[in-house]
Amino acid sequence: MSTTTAAEAELAVQARQAAQTSDGYWKGVFKRVRRDKVTMFCAFILFCMLLAIIFAPVIAPHDPFQGSMIRRLRPIGTPNHLLGTDELGRDILTRLLYGGRLSWFMGIVPVAMAFVIGTFLGVLAGFAGGKVNMLIMRVTDVFYAFPSVLLAVAISGALGAGILNAILALTLVFVPPIIRVAESVTQGVRNLDFVDAARASGAGAFTVVRVHVLGNVLGPIFIYATSLISVCMILASGLSFLGLGTRPPEAEWGLMLNTLRTAIYVQPWVAVLPGACIFVTSICFNLVSDGLRQAMDVKG
Amino acid sequence: MFFYLIRRLIYAIPIALAVGFVCFMLVQIAPGDPINAIVPPDAPQDVVDQVRRDYGLDKPLPVQFGIWLLKVVQGDLGRSLATGRPVWSDLQSAIGNTLTLAATASLLGFILGCVLGGLAGTFRGSILDRAAVTIAVAGVSVPHYWLGMVLVVIFSVQYNWLPAMGAGPGGSADWAWDWEHMQHLVLPSITLAVIPMGIVTRTVRGIVAEIMNQEFVVALRGKGLTGWGVFLHVVKNAAPNVLAVLGLQLGYLMGGSILVETVFSWPGTGLLLNSAIFQRDLPVLQGTILVLSLFFVALNLLVDIVQTALDPRIKRA
Repeated sequence: MSTTTAAEAELAVQARQAAQTSDGYWKGVFKRVRRDKVTMFCAFILFCMLLAIIFAPVIAPHDPFQGSMIRRLRPIGTPNHLLGTDELGRDILTRLLYGGRLSWFMGIVPVAMAFVIGTFLGVLAGFAGGKVNMLIMRVTDVFYAFPSVLLAVAISGALGAGILNAILALTLVFVPPIIRVAESVTQGVRNLDFVDAARASGAGAFTVVRVHVLGNVLGPIFIYATSLISVCMILASGLSFLGLGTRPPEAEWGLMLNTLRTAIYVQPWVAVLPGACIFVTSICFNLVSDGLRQAMDVKG
Repeated sequence: MFFYLIRRLIYAIPIALAVGFVCFMLVQIAPGDPINAIVPPDAPQDVVDQVRRDYGLDKPLPVQFGIWLLKVVQGDLGRSLATGRPVWSDLQSAIGNTLTLAATASLLGFILGCVLGGLAGTFRGSILDRAAVTIAVAGVSVPHYWLGMVLVVIFSVQYNWLPAMGAGPGGSADWAWDWEHMQHLVLPSITLAVIPMGIVTRTVRGIVAEIMNQEFVVALRGKGLTGWGVFLHVVKNAAPNVLAVLGLQLGYLMGGSILVETVFSWPGTGLLLNSAIFQRDLPVLQGTILVLSLFFVALNLLVDIVQTALDPRIKRA
């Protein structure tokens, strides 16, 4: 009697294990990410930041544009102005909260746009091969001949200051690297047996790409794109810091850093606060991207 | 090797031409008439028409590109709108200063990155490894223009140890290798070195860890080689890839120093670009970007050739 129950118990354990190992791919990824403390911690910080900037109008103690000539450049810890005030007497905490909105927007939107455009062109080049590949990849090579910061500065410098121009410039900077990654993963998938099998069983080119190729290449491309968000955020704030990108009186971390630069001898620690925000956000995005890469077992 | 060299050189020509075309188009995509990039806005109409004819701006775009290219090849990058001086003469001194800064920063980042990455790759999984990885992630995530400000706050504002601005005493733009000038180089080069340090650390760590896992290292140990002997073999195997990364980083720094040069008022190409952007001085913008990107193309070429020459495992197809 007891032997049967032991065998049954073992079978049950095996069945449970089988059920666990046959969990979907994404469930496995999610489980691995959850076990990764660093990634979870960074994701938590990012989540809190996101909440803070979404609810900025509710949390912010002051108006982001309302200055005061008699309360300029107060130090950190001033009553009523927890993180001090800027060169026009505006509350720093409030402006950091509002500034996060634009900084996040300009860090994510160009990468998202480049992800869509770059994936389309890269998969097209990788799948079509031949002359199409040649055309797309040679044009990509040209943009690789510019250091990324220089390209962003050049395009937005020629187009002139403005959020839209900066987003356009940054998108153009990130499309070529995404094309390269997309093209190389697509080439890797294109010659696998299951693609041939699908084609042999009568699937058209569009179906093959949609069902068999995209499903296998989107993951690695997405991971690569997430690793670009931190670079994009630094570059976007850098453009604002140079006076391209956002314009005063708009609140944006890079622009705040630029205008507070003159106050560096008066309130040095207030002046460096917006940059600390960029740093924390960018390092968290980087670590989350690294964690995802490991969890999804993407090489490179 | 010889044929490889020729092929690689020939391949660089269309890239260089295309880079020229993109730079040419920069003025075209700028809002407003490109003539505004040459004559001041308050010029009388007949002067504007005269200049338009002289510059060939009434001709179709491909012809204009040809004319522009011919001038560039002869070293004529046009004249600055703000100062009226030829762009090339302003660029010459600026390029030297940027090169000084970028080379110092690359060297600094390279040495630090090799030490950190080498240690991390050798002792994988140790506390040392974790520390190196953390420093590397921080290095690639930090907005370096902000780091520059923080360094100024600490070393110039709080303690007054190092100068915060310029490349020499009294705002002189002429560089010399003496203490007076080198003091000015310390903070900007540390700031600029942070990114290559992070990237080199990551790369070297990966390469060293991979090499340490290879069988020949075990064989060397089996033969009785001690730590340093093995180390030399690992260095020899890692060198070509690491040097390639260094070369690319120098190129990125040449183009990417604009933000750091702005923070420290370093009289290089970055500061030139910055003032060109402010004054909408398109000829200066165009010329600076053209020269910097051509430099980057040349550096890429050099890296490829040196890497192929150093590493017999790379096929010269």
